[in-house]
Amino acid sequence: MGSPGVYAGAANVIAALMLLLEFGMLRQALIRDQVRLYATQSALISVLAIVIAADRDLPDLYALAALSALLKVVAVPLVLRRLLGRPISEETPGVAGSYTLSPASAVLIAIGLAAFGFFSFGSLGIHNPEAPATALAIAGAMVFVAFGLMIVRRDVASQAIGFFSLENAISLSALVVAAGLPLLLETAFLFDLLLAVVVFGMLIRAHHARAESLSTADLTKLRG
Amino acid sequence: MLGVMLALLVVPLIAGIVCFLGPARPAAGLTVASGIACFGLVLALIPEVAHGTVGYLSYLRADALSGVFLLATAFLYAAVAVYAAGYLHGRTDVYRRRFYLGFNVFAWAMLAAPLMGSLALLWIAIEITTVVSALLVAIEDTDGAAEASWKYVLIASAGLGLALLATIFAYYAGAQVLGVHSNLAIGPLIQAGGRLPATPVRLAFLLAVLGYGTKVGLFPVHTWLPDAHSEAPTPVSALLSGALLATSFYAILRFYQVASAALGTGFPRDALLAFGIASLLLASLYVFGQRDVKRFLAYSSVEHMGILAIGVSFGAPIALAGVMLHVLAHAAAKGNAFMGAGVFTIKYRTKQMLAMRDGLDRLPWSGPLFLLSVLALSAFPPSGIFRSEFQIVAGGLSSGSYVAAAALIVLVTVAFFGLATSATGMLLTSPPEPSAEVPARGEPSAWMVVPVLAGVAVLVLLGVHPPGELTELITRAAAQLGGTA
Repeated sequence: MGSPGVYAGAANVIAALMLLLEFGMLRQALIRDQVRLYATQSALISVLAIVIAADRDLPDLYALAALSALLKVVAVPLVLRRLLGRPISEETPGVAGSYTLSPASAVLIAIGLAAFGFFSFGSLGIHNPEAPATALAIAGAMVFVAFGLMIVRRDVASQAIGFFSLENAISLSALVVAAGLPLLLETAFLFDLLLAVVVFGMLIRAHHARAESLSTADLTKLRG
Repeated sequence: MLGVMLALLVVPLIAGIVCFLGPARPAAGLTVASGIACFGLVLALIPEVAHGTVGYLSYLRADALSGVFLLATAFLYAAVAVYAAGYLHGRTDVYRRRFYLGFNVFAWAMLAAPLMGSLALLWIAIEITTVVSALLVAIEDTDGAAEASWKYVLIASAGLGLALLATIFAYYAGAQVLGVHSNLAIGPLIQAGGRLPATPVRLAFLLAVLGYGTKVGLFPVHTWLPDAHSEAPTPVSALLSGALLATSFYAILRFYQVASAALGTGFPRDALLAFGIASLLLASLYVFGQRDVKRFLAYSSVEHMGILAIGVSFGAPIALAGVMLHVLAHAAAKGNAFMGAGVFTIKYRTKQMLAMRDGLDRLPWSGPLFLLSVLALSAFPPSGIFRSEFQIVAGGLSSGSYVAAAALIVLVTVAFFGLATSATGMLLTSPPEPSAEVPARGEPSAWMVVPVLAGVAVLVLLGVHPPGELTELITRAAAQLGGTA
C-alpha cells in the first residue's frame, strides 16, 4: 500500500485531533472550557470540508464549511454560553463533581470505547480513495467516546455538549464517506442542529431554574 | 395530488403559528378545523396512493405505505384536537397558545415525515418531531415533566444521531451505484437493489433499527418512553403513543425496503424479530405492577411496537397486511385509551390507578369507553387489533416461524392479563372504605367523550369490515413491503 495522498493524510490528522479534543471534553471539569474545546473541534470540521472541497473539486463544500463554522464555531458556543455560561459561572464555576466515575476511570473506559469503535468501524471494509478508512475508523471511535461522555457525566451541560460532539463525529463520518451529499440536505441538517441546540438550551435553563443546579443526580423520580 | 400533499405540509403549520400569534380563545376551534382538514386531505389522497406512487422530484413522495401512516396520524390529530378542547378548559391563555403552537407543529412534522421523498428529509422531519414533542412534554412545568423531557430529548436525540449515521451509510451505498450526486431518494435506492454494496447497507439498516428504534420504543432503547408518556399532557401522550411511535417505525420500514432489496430478506427480518421479541417480552412483564395509568399504557405501546416488528419479520403477505392494519388500529385504540386515562386523571385528580375506583359508575361514558379501549388493545374481537394480530399470527405460521408465532401468542396473552387486571381494578372495584372520597358521578367534558366514540367506531369498522378502498391501500402497502409492488 502506498503513502496516503494530501486529502487522506489531512483527513486522518484532523480526525485524530478531533478525537483528542473529544477526550479533552470528557476530562474537562469547567463548562466554558468544554464549550471552547467543542468550538475548536467544530472548526476542524470546517477545515476538513475545505480540504475535501479543494482536493475533490466539490465547490459546494466551501459553502458548507462556511455555514458549519458560522453555526458550530460561533452560534452554538454563543448560545451555550448565553443560556448556561454567565449565570452559572458566577455561582458554580464548573461541574467538577459531575462524574459518575473518577476522571481516571472515565478516561480508561473511554480509551476502551475508542478502541472498540476504531476497530469495529475499521473492519467494515469500506476502502476506496474517496473514503480514507482510518479517518472513518477514528470517527467511529469518536461516536463511542461521545456516548461515553454523555453517560459518565452527571450534569445537563456536559450531556448536551456530549450530544453536540456526537453530531461532530457524525459530520466527520459524513465528510469522509458522503462528501457529495447535496448542499441543500447538508444545510438542512445544520439548521436542524441549531433547532436542537435551542431546545436543549431551553430545557437546560428550565432544569437550572427548577433544581438550582446543573446536576442530573436528582432526576431519579421516574422509575419502573 | 401535489396540491393535496402541499396542503398537508402547510395547513397544520399555519394553524400552529396563528394559534400562537392570535387570540387564545379561537385556538381550539382552529386546531380542530386543521385536524379535520388534514384528515380530509389524507382521505382524498388515499384512492390515488392505493394504486400508485405520487410525488414531486425527489423531495415529496406518497405511496400506499406512506398512505397508511398518514391515515393513522391524521385521524389521531383530528380526534385529539377535539379532545384537547375539553382537556385545556380552565388553562391560562399563555399555556393554551404555547400548547396549540407545539401541538400543531408536532402534527405537522408527523404528517410531513411519510411525505418525504428521501431518507435525509425523512430524518429531518423525525428530528423535528423530537424537539417539538420534548418541549410539549416539558410544558406542564413540574419536576416530573422536567426530568422526563430531559431524558427524552437526550436519549431520542442520541438515537437519531445513530439514525443520521445510518442515513449517511445509505448515501454511501447509493453513491456507489447512482453516483455522488444521488440524494437518498427512496425510490431509486430500492430500485438499485442488489447492486448496492452489502456492508454499508447492512450497517445502515442496523443503525436505523437502533436509531429510529429509540423513537419507536424498541427494547433496549425504550427507556425514555414511559417517562415522557406519563408526564406529558394527555393529548400529547395520545399523539406520542398512537402516531409518533408509528411514524418512527415507518422510517425503519423504508430502510427495511432498501435492505431487503439489497441483501435479501433474511438479515433484516432476523434483526426485526430479535428487537420485536425482546420488546414484547419486556413490555408484557412490565405492564404488571404499574401504578401510574399512563406508564401502564406506555408499556402497552412498547408491546404493540414489538408486535409490529415481529409481524414484519414474518414476511408473509398476510402478516404484512396485518402489520399495516395494526398501525391503524393501534392508533385508534391507544389514542382512545390515553384519552380515557386523561378523563380518569382529571376526575380522580391523580394518575395512580389504586386511587381510581368504581370508574364504570363514576364516569358513565368514559368508564365503559376506557374498558372497550383496553379490551381492544388486548385484541378482543371485534376490534381491528384482533383482526390484525390474527393476520400476523397466521402469517407467522404460514411462513414457518412456529416458535416466534407461539412466543407472540404467549406474550400477548401475558400482556392481556396485565392490562385486564389493572383496568378492571380501576373500573369495577369499589373504594376500600365506604368513607373514602369518591368523585361525583359525571363527565368532565363532552369534548373528551366524542372523539373516543369516534375511535371505537373506527376500531369496530377495522375489525368487522374495512372499507374496500382501505383494503386496497393495505394490500398494496403490504406488497410494497414484501417487494412485490
